[in-house]
Amino acid sequence: MTLPSVPNPRPGPRQICVPCRLAAIGVAALALAGGFAYTAGWLTPGRLSAPRIIDTFEAVAGQHPGYRRNHAKGLCVEGYFDSNGNGVALSRAAVFAPGRTPVSGRFAVPGGNPSAPDTSSPVRSFALQFSLADGEQWRTGMNSTPVFAVHTPAQFYQQLLAAKPDPATGKPDPAKMKAFYAANPETQPFQRWVKAHPPSSSLANAAYYSINAFLFTDAGGTTRAVRWAVEPETPYAPITAAEQAEKNFLAADLNERLQQGPLRWHLILNVAQPGDPVDDATLQWPDNRQRVDAGTLVIEHASSQENGECRDINFDPTILPAGIAPSNDPLLAARSAAYALSFKRRTREEALHPEVHQTQTSSPQQKPQQSEQQGEHS
Amino acid sequence: MTRARTHFSPLARLLHWTMAPLIIAMLFIGVGMVATVSRAHDTLLALHRPLGIALLLLVVLRLAVRITCGAPPLPENMSKVQRVAAKASHIVLYALMAAMPLIGWAMVSAAGYPVTLAGSLHLPPIAPHDATLFALLRALHTWLAFALFATVLLHLAAALLHALILRDGVWQSMTRGGR
Repeated sequence: MTLPSVPNPRPGPRQICVPCRLAAIGVAALALAGGFAYTAGWLTPGRLSAPRIIDTFEAVAGQHPGYRRNHAKGLCVEGYFDSNGNGVALSRAAVFAPGRTPVSGRFAVPGGNPSAPDTSSPVRSFALQFSLADGEQWRTGMNSTPVFAVHTPAQFYQQLLAAKPDPATGKPDPAKMKAFYAANPETQPFQRWVKAHPPSSSLANAAYYSINAFLFTDAGGTTRAVRWAVEPETPYAPITAAEQAEKNFLAADLNERLQQGPLRWHLILNVAQPGDPVDDATLQWPDNRQRVDAGTLVIEHASSQENGECRDINFDPTILPAGIAPSNDPLLAARSAAYALSFKRRTREEALHPEVHQTQTSSPQQKPQQSEQQGEHS
Repeated sequence: MTRARTHFSPLARLLHWTMAPLIIAMLFIGVGMVATVSRAHDTLLALHRPLGIALLLLVVLRLAVRITCGAPPLPENMSKVQRVAAKASHIVLYALMAAMPLIGWAMVSAAGYPVTLAGSLHLPPIAPHDATLFALLRALHTWLAFALFATVLLHLAAALLHALILRDGVWQSMTRGGR
């Protein structure tokens, strides 16, 4: 080795053996690399992570390239939100000032199978993206139940595992679901609500709820916890026996209704009182809480999810305009992380295999049978 | 004036030591936020965007400083292989430092997300809302991040080698004042 060109005047590290100094360099590099691998979750495959949740969805529902890993079956809708200005009292978000905001949305059925029957779950979902004039956005993914089944991402994951189809029967093992519910009493309010409220006969006559609570801050800087809902102008009617038998009716029904004219919902903001649970989606707030009707959501058009605008939208509920912020509900961050990975995977599949959506979009002419069964419309 | 400089300028050193911890933090934030489902996800994501844009501004300034002020020459007794490795790794570092925030910004744009920095403050999109473009940029952002982390590790190991073994003044050129 050549001699150092700049002699070090201080003794110090020179006295330490060269292999020791080399080892120190190696340890420093390894520590940094190890910390990186740990942060990425590569050293702790048992830890609950976004990849683990999405992998489990894929294991439960099978591979459906190009589709969302959950709420895979759905359709796109478009319309607008007419704000009446009442929401300004709760949030300084521009969407609540009087005026119109364009909206792109999606109705869906829970589960990872894009061909599942509409009746496979008592729950339906309605996702919306409000595109504010200044470039901000408000995205929300709402469910037709005011309470969620589980409180934490860990419970959500356990529920997903319990619902995994038995390879022998192809259906979830009822004993496993029962054991999960018994072990997680937080699921009771959800189960009670579902038992007492049969699904609606249409996507148009159901209310959809924000699931989680959010923090609304007004122009004066006051912050309040809010859960919102969109409540339909179309009167609720329970699912009919014919619809139950039909299994796939939601998309065709919505399309038919939209041909008669736009469908309307009222955006209702429910304000928490001190002491109301803000970070637990399994618990409802009392009925007598302040309700603010912030305006009318109008849906004018529907299109298939294979070529509609909603296909390339990730309805991450933490994408919010200033004036609305996520609450401490642990589900919110998990939803954001898991949705992002689902979006990453399905857009990758779309990019590598553009034909993944062709089978469904091009089928109505060639395969009317399947189109009807899917309830899709071109 | 005529003598060759032996140290980086104070501004170059300030930029280097400001950016070094920020870049390492960004790599950890990025790899952590896509894995965790805890509330840290939201916090890390909210940090990642403004820090990325701050690093983009810093790297533009740093490139200008590097181009106008240059770098002190490497020790004369360094082998040709070492010189090439040093030069190449610095070019790769500069390229990745500039590319990562730009790809991140374009990727967020292509996903159709608002490019939020803080509150209602957001940047305009620099790419169209396009899922195929997003897929490409999203993959690039990950793989170039790994490449950047590997290059940073090499750079750190080489710097420590100069500091602890070779003692040829290269470490001092970035850590101390001087000509």
